[in-house]
Amino acid sequence: MVNEPISTAETSVPAVASTTSDSRYAIELKKISKRFGAVRANQDIDLAVSKGTIHGIVGENGAGKSTLMSILYGFYQADSGDVYINGRKTLIKNSRDAIAAGIGMVHQHFMLVDPFTVLENVMLGAEEHALISRSATDARRELLRLSDTYQLTVELDQPVGELQVGEQQRTEILKALYRKADILILDEPTGVLTPQEADQLFEVLKSLKHQGVTVILITHKLREIMDITDTVSVLRQGQMVAHRNTSDTSMQELAELMVGRALTETNHQRSTPLPTDAETRIKTNNLGVVDEHGKTRLTEINLEVKSGEILGIAGVAGNGQSKLLEVLAGISSPTTGEFMMNGHEVTRDKPMGPLKMRQLRVHHVPEDRLKLGLVKAFTAAESSVLGYLYKEKFTWRGLLQLHNIKKMCARLMEGFDVRPGNPKLKSASFSGGNQQKLILARELDKSPEVLLVGQPTRGVDIGAIEMIHQKIVDMRDGGCAVLLVSVELDEIMALSDRIVVMYEGRIVAEVNGRDADKTMLGLMMANAHTGAAA
Amino acid sequence: MLDTLSTVYATIDATFRVSTPLILCAMAGLFSERSGIVDISLEGKMLAAAFAAGSVAAVTGSAWAGLGVAILTSIALALVHGFACITHRGNQVVSGLAINILASGLTVVLGIAWFKTGGQTPSLENSARFMPIELPLAGALSDVPIIGQFYSDVVSGHSVLVYVALLSVLVTWWVVYQTRFGLRLRAVGENPLAVDTAGLSVSRLRFAAVAICGGLCGIAGAYLSISQNASFVREMTAGQGYIALAALIFGKWRPLPAMLACLMFGFLDAVAIRLQGVPMPYIGEVPVQLIQALPYVLTVVLLAGFIGRAIAPRAVGVPFVKER
Repeated sequence: MVNEPISTAETSVPAVASTTSDSRYAIELKKISKRFGAVRANQDIDLAVSKGTIHGIVGENGAGKSTLMSILYGFYQADSGDVYINGRKTLIKNSRDAIAAGIGMVHQHFMLVDPFTVLENVMLGAEEHALISRSATDARRELLRLSDTYQLTVELDQPVGELQVGEQQRTEILKALYRKADILILDEPTGVLTPQEADQLFEVLKSLKHQGVTVILITHKLREIMDITDTVSVLRQGQMVAHRNTSDTSMQELAELMVGRALTETNHQRSTPLPTDAETRIKTNNLGVVDEHGKTRLTEINLEVKSGEILGIAGVAGNGQSKLLEVLAGISSPTTGEFMMNGHEVTRDKPMGPLKMRQLRVHHVPEDRLKLGLVKAFTAAESSVLGYLYKEKFTWRGLLQLHNIKKMCARLMEGFDVRPGNPKLKSASFSGGNQQKLILARELDKSPEVLLVGQPTRGVDIGAIEMIHQKIVDMRDGGCAVLLVSVELDEIMALSDRIVVMYEGRIVAEVNGRDADKTMLGLMMANAHTGAAA
Repeated sequence: MLDTLSTVYATIDATFRVSTPLILCAMAGLFSERSGIVDISLEGKMLAAAFAAGSVAAVTGSAWAGLGVAILTSIALALVHGFACITHRGNQVVSGLAINILASGLTVVLGIAWFKTGGQTPSLENSARFMPIELPLAGALSDVPIIGQFYSDVVSGHSVLVYVALLSVLVTWWVVYQTRFGLRLRAVGENPLAVDTAGLSVSRLRFAAVAICGGLCGIAGAYLSISQNASFVREMTAGQGYIALAALIFGKWRPLPAMLACLMFGFLDAVAIRLQGVPMPYIGEVPVQLIQALPYVLTVVLLAGFIGRAIAPRAVGVPFVKER
């Protein structure tokens, strides 16, 4: 099955209008096109996935993966083209049709009702009886059977809001199986998982495959494609550019197909050791934060960043990294302990706001660019002066100096290759990568001495990632102290001179960037290493 | 001693009568808000229903006809709210406000046009109203001290709509927590996208919720004009729709606590009525206005900090836009 050649773009099935097709395929798409205004999100997509296989779909952000899957699940209607499920032409107008056709979907952002229990979430929309109690009895029996068959263990009576992400994901899979799905689509399923949780997920997927379920895995992580899929398709700018048997391809080839050009992988660690007289720019001393609900968010954080080095903070999302970044950037105050920021002490009683930080040449590229980085409804020019309006160049006697602002924005856009390079466009109309470049440009332009960066390449294309990494490294080489928070291990490992790992608000390990090993870091992120702190 | 007991019983009795429209409206609001639709138009729907009930009862002489038309009127307004907020994703507060203003103006205009009595509806005969009903054995038991008296003074002797209101709380609880519809209703107010991907129609669920809300507001309105009073009077709802909304928030969008909050407001109101003109020890006679302000002062105080953080249904007030 694995080695069987799949229908490729070159050898596509003749486009005869018929209601049946080859029934070896669980899903077959023929000439699917979809456009949004001027954007052609999907263009003549052909795809065939054999029953009982795991098929990967890779592509950069904005390549049209999500649109394609949304068409399959009935969120959108294709403008043209046909969908065949198990060889039969199928019209999918909404989720109900998709479920009826045996398609189950695990969305990137889980479709769960947080206060409901796992059982209630699974039942929702598939309750047999008008009374909850009767439906629940049946559902419980069926779920126990399913979790036995596929090793999908979840505590059925826990509210899902209190579960770990991995368990929430298993709930989503159970939801699909409970609805008798024999085609399971997973959209970026490992983005929020630790490497160990991801492995667990892959075990489940393999066992699903052995039971005859067809799995479609959408991801931009090539390693996962290589590890688990049988066949793979590559999307680029709305078109299917290649179909491959996984065993016949390589990560290098797939990456180049995704981007459309050759890529070079580089490690950016310092080539020379840090000079011994390098100035300490950030130093925290037993920093702790208890939030307004009385929950401990950070405990005894001790770290140090010197001029000319990048300290990477690794960890699964939600283990205190965001809070740490927030405190260091002056957005919130520590409740215990203190830290020195570029020579100034900050404590609970002596807080320092973001404006003062900026004047100390401490600059911050926030994790959530839409929440903290820019205002979606502002023009690019307006977003490009956020936080710097106090400068006389931009505000004179309370009046905005629009000409200067636009000129400066145009300069930033040119320097960081922000496309389209038009300062008058709304911030929201730029792609994620270009928004990120604009924010980076705004902060780096002020030649910071300390740079705090959160998730610099979240939702950013491979092409832009290279450039953003290079800019950060340039800062470091220019003597800036960089603190980098990222959930992407590859990013942490490519950039950091030193890496600390956070788990539940504590620093649980520190390693040298050059010696870092992915498996070891993964174990540390799950706090499962046995005192292996180097 | 016996006199004190009578006073207490009379106050509790009044509490139920005053709380009835609050309880019905709070349950109405619960359905709407649990489905994710903010409803500040409880007030307007209740007012329109009160007018409809008063008019129809006056013309036909039938309280039941009045009640029926009141319910239909209120449901019609609820569907307008739904059309604006669900179908067209309008702002839910603006739509609710519009309905309130519409009801406030239209009832008076139609009242003047139809009955020529300055916006009131004609006074109703008792036969065209819902009158207090004696429960079985009430008379016989009234002589039994304390318990019997409680039964005949407090439990018995209310209009059928008072019992309907209390029953509506139990039914609401049962529907919301024990039925499939309730599960879906709660889900759609928390995460409509999850409901949509589960293959259910978000707008159908929300329309159902809004219609139920309308029906309950209709009963509340009818109670005001053809049971508690004998005609419709302009602005007779006097902000009770908003008080019911406050009670719903106090009760954290749960039926039983919301009912208790309604009873508390009703109790304060009943006490206020009883205290009017009565000299208090040490203080003397308290001005009527001050007493009447009491429930509202308490609302502010309680809302400001005594009830803890109320966690609203997560999707309440947010129009459902199906896109990714």
